[in-house]
Amino acid sequence: MPQRFVYLDHAATTAVRPEALEAMLPYFSERFGNPSSMYRLAQEARKAVDEARLTVANILGCRANEVIFTSGGSESDNTAIKGIALASRQWGNHIITSAIEHHAVLHTCQFLENFGFEVTYLPVDSYGLVDPKAVEAAVTERTVLVSIMYANNEIGTVEPIAEIADMLKVKGKRMGRNLVFHTDAVQGAGALDLNVDHLGVDSLSLSSHKFYGPKGAGVLYVRRGTPFMPQQQGGAQERYRRAGTENTPGIVGTAVALRLAVEEQEDVRLRLTGLRDRIIQEVPKRIERTRLNGHPTQRLPNNVNLSFESVEGEPVLLGLDFAGICASSGSACTSASLEPSHVLTALGLPADIAHASLRLTLGRENTTEDVDYLLETLPDIVTRLRNLSPLARTAG
Amino acid sequence: MSMYYSELALDHAENPRNVGTIPDADGAGAEMNPVCGDLLTLFIKVQDNRVADAKYKVQGCLGAVAASSILTELLIGSSLEEAERLDHQSVLDALGGLPASKLHSAALAAGVLKKALADYRSKRNAP
Repeated sequence: MPQRFVYLDHAATTAVRPEALEAMLPYFSERFGNPSSMYRLAQEARKAVDEARLTVANILGCRANEVIFTSGGSESDNTAIKGIALASRQWGNHIITSAIEHHAVLHTCQFLENFGFEVTYLPVDSYGLVDPKAVEAAVTERTVLVSIMYANNEIGTVEPIAEIADMLKVKGKRMGRNLVFHTDAVQGAGALDLNVDHLGVDSLSLSSHKFYGPKGAGVLYVRRGTPFMPQQQGGAQERYRRAGTENTPGIVGTAVALRLAVEEQEDVRLRLTGLRDRIIQEVPKRIERTRLNGHPTQRLPNNVNLSFESVEGEPVLLGLDFAGICASSGSACTSASLEPSHVLTALGLPADIAHASLRLTLGRENTTEDVDYLLETLPDIVTRLRNLSPLARTAG
Repeated sequence: MSMYYSELALDHAENPRNVGTIPDADGAGAEMNPVCGDLLTLFIKVQDNRVADAKYKVQGCLGAVAASSILTELLIGSSLEEAERLDHQSVLDALGGLPASKLHSAALAAGVLKKALADYRSKRNAP
């Protein structure tokens, strides 16, 4: 098969879609005004930010003034957790989260442990699912915040957010406590329902560059009445909740990209689920000793995560790269810290399976031909690496 | 990836030379790096005090594959004396460097070579 370029790392980032880019461009050098300035040039930028905010609020099913624009998913997670926890200090110091959260959540929680907070990092089952009963059992008289991700970026497992929310409401009422519930929904945009009332969450994080919007832009939803202490001081922007001159192009791009992602959601979901399932079914037929990581069905429509016995992830990525395919791995060698994926480790997978993992995440532009090409290309790469290994049981 | 690895290192990683085993090797060594699970076995054949052949099997990251491959290129044809002097720096220099996080790969290759040479010496001295 002649070489193709096949991008299969959409969980890492996506290209800005043309509609978003086009909408952003005027705000760089033409309508470049600071939205807080008085003159008409600036008011055009103000209007664009307000309209973007309304677009996002409509999608989340919340009020415009509950939407905060940030610099991305990491800032949203940091601001949510620190902002809510620090504002809730008088009521307690306990936070509940899961062992498979993104580092933006985990490291923020670990950071707060230096300031008198206690954190429970709930284990997950072998599919990466959080058990609502385990969340309930972890709640104490000092719990002020629960943060559980909507869908995991590595293995695609979709967590039972609405169920957890329902349980927390009942539990909170019984205890006479406000159990604030935040979710990192970064991987859910364009695939899952983002309505904050359907989900039952008090706070939610989004990252624009995961749904074909620009990098350096994101959203934080904070329900009215939630204890919240702003984390970035300096100005009146975002109603004093997040200072800093608004990134007008980034905000405009975010709203356009989110609106389109939600409009296309049903079609894209259906199509990508088909491609995903084809990869999941076909790869083990062509490559023996392959295992799927994560839940087979309660999983993001675009996520495949496989481990190949006796094969290290990094050379697989190199082989794929040389063949024109972009993917990622949970192996230690591909991480800056040289530690294997904490998510795969939390599933109870031994280190060598974590090292042998390959993550493929589809996007709206991927086609059946892309999957054909992957299925043609991957087996040879794995076979070659198995022949290279001292542990190989069979040649070929 | 090429930002972190030299072109030469990537070439060796993607097209490793001298892969295999030598069943009647004169010296053999094996090592695993507990940090990231890299696994390397090295086999050498010695003739007239020179390394006539060297082969290996490796499972691990790009650095490990590249380091193993270039090690055999340095080894084959060299005298035993020269082979004894090869260390992780020789491997790094031959590859044109490795990313900071991959330096352990060069150490792995050098470590296995030491074992293979020690094995050769002990086999030769055995009654």
